[in-house]
Amino acid sequence: MTISINAGALDAQTDQISRLIEAVEKADSSPALFAAVRQLADVADEEAIPTLVAALSYNNPGAAIAAVSGLVRLGRLAVPAIVEQLDLHNYSARAWAVRALAEIGDPRGLVTLLDAATSDFAVSVRRAATKGLGEINWQEFPTQKLLEQSQEIALSALLQIAQQDHEWVVRYAAITGLERFAFGTKGVGEGEMRSHIQLQLQQMIDHEQSVAVHARIRMAQHRLNIEKTQDSMDNPPDLLALTDLDWSKISQKLDEFSNSEVGLTLVEPH
Amino acid sequence: MENSVHQDSGSLTVEQAVANLCGDDLGLRVYAAWWLGRFRVNAPEAINGLVTALEDEEDRTDAGGYPLRRNAARALGKLGDQQVVPALLTALECSDFYVREAAAQALESLGDQSSVPKLVALLKDQVPGTLPALEPPYLAQPFDAIIEALGRLGAEQTRALIEPFLDHAVPRIQYAAMRAMYQLTPDPQIACQYGDRLTQALLNDNLQLRRTVLADLGAIGYLPAAEAIARTPAENSLKLIALQGVLEKHVAIADSDLSADAIAVMTLMDSLL
Repeated sequence: MTISINAGALDAQTDQISRLIEAVEKADSSPALFAAVRQLADVADEEAIPTLVAALSYNNPGAAIAAVSGLVRLGRLAVPAIVEQLDLHNYSARAWAVRALAEIGDPRGLVTLLDAATSDFAVSVRRAATKGLGEINWQEFPTQKLLEQSQEIALSALLQIAQQDHEWVVRYAAITGLERFAFGTKGVGEGEMRSHIQLQLQQMIDHEQSVAVHARIRMAQHRLNIEKTQDSMDNPPDLLALTDLDWSKISQKLDEFSNSEVGLTLVEPH
Repeated sequence: MENSVHQDSGSLTVEQAVANLCGDDLGLRVYAAWWLGRFRVNAPEAINGLVTALEDEEDRTDAGGYPLRRNAARALGKLGDQQVVPALLTALECSDFYVREAAAQALESLGDQSSVPKLVALLKDQVPGTLPALEPPYLAQPFDAIIEALGRLGAEQTRALIEPFLDHAVPRIQYAAMRAMYQLTPDPQIACQYGDRLTQALLNDNLQLRRTVLADLGAIGYLPAAEAIARTPAENSLKLIALQGVLEKHVAIADSDLSADAIAVMTLMDSLL
């Protein structure tokens, strides 16, 4: 099937987006706002990004959930705007932005997720960020050095959270994250990382008091034992590759985090 | 945010909380009672202090309520000490509706069979001196808390008494009755009819009611509801807690293998993190 877009159709789409954005801006009640944001999120158009990001700070949970799902659908196109949002001092909006980053898995979100997973006071934010640490797109890291540095700190954080967070659901998320992490790492050090994770899971299982987390550890162990490799994790060639500037920012933030109070407690995994 | 609990335990120490519980400052007393429950402090002096607080006469609201007694009953439910059951049974006779509600919930968590007769008397509204709730619909008794406790206690003989509440005007009470009837009906096929009715209630338009149903389904660990729980529009935190209830009903730490059902529930949970 071929899709041809003529100028008229393109205009019609632009019109539609403008109308949907206007509907969000003019919504005069909480249900109307929720409905408008959801419609805008459903079209998943790049033009909608600033409005969806703004909707994270409207103090309307329904609208925020819809906006997060729209941003996640837009994926890495939305990452720069989400990261910008993190600098604003609106706690609730920040928390929603963290969730979007956790779902997208873009390396530019890595340090934000490390911070949130280890330090956020809200259980639901730690939970989402922790799972996200296991789902970073490691394949696209440009140098072995930065990849190893990033993976080591993400793995240390996941192991620490899995054993120390007070809330069962965050420890549960850490086990899920560790499982995804083991399947997401490729190439040099892959086997070593995996056997390290398997060893740690075996130690955790003797100490875990929560029945649900205990069951999740066993599920992870089972999956890691039977599935040696998971080829489906490979990403298709990326048309939106990160720039050298992106990578140098990631590297700089990672160094800052490694030297922070929390970062210093994350022991070397090897 | 969905829920936010600080990891640190505030600035109180156990000694200080126990001292505050019988100190002069009424605000500190009521906070200390909450704090001891929140951080599960089951030291003997904490328990004694909370039992004494169940008979407090000093902390009264304008309407005659007993805020300290309410918090003390809630805390005692969390501390797991069966010796406090008689004191909680006395609290079921309190004039304050909310003290009776907290006491019924605490007796539910403690799971002591000796609570059944007094809970039945309260369900029949046969306890003298008990005043109705202060908010509409001015319920005579905390029926949902009482019914949930009877369900948890496995008091099968109370089924006929609970059944009429399936049609109560207050949805929350209907759900409590479905939940208890599920727990108290020995025939699994008939029991599932109540579980299925409760699952249907997840389609309710009212978010607050859907939250109540999530808690009920989690409490009975109703496996056939797992997908409906994951799908219903509500906070992921609450859905995860409900699914945790389902999962923990079907696995044990001692199990050697995970069932396909357990794996299916965990797969749903993974998608909600």
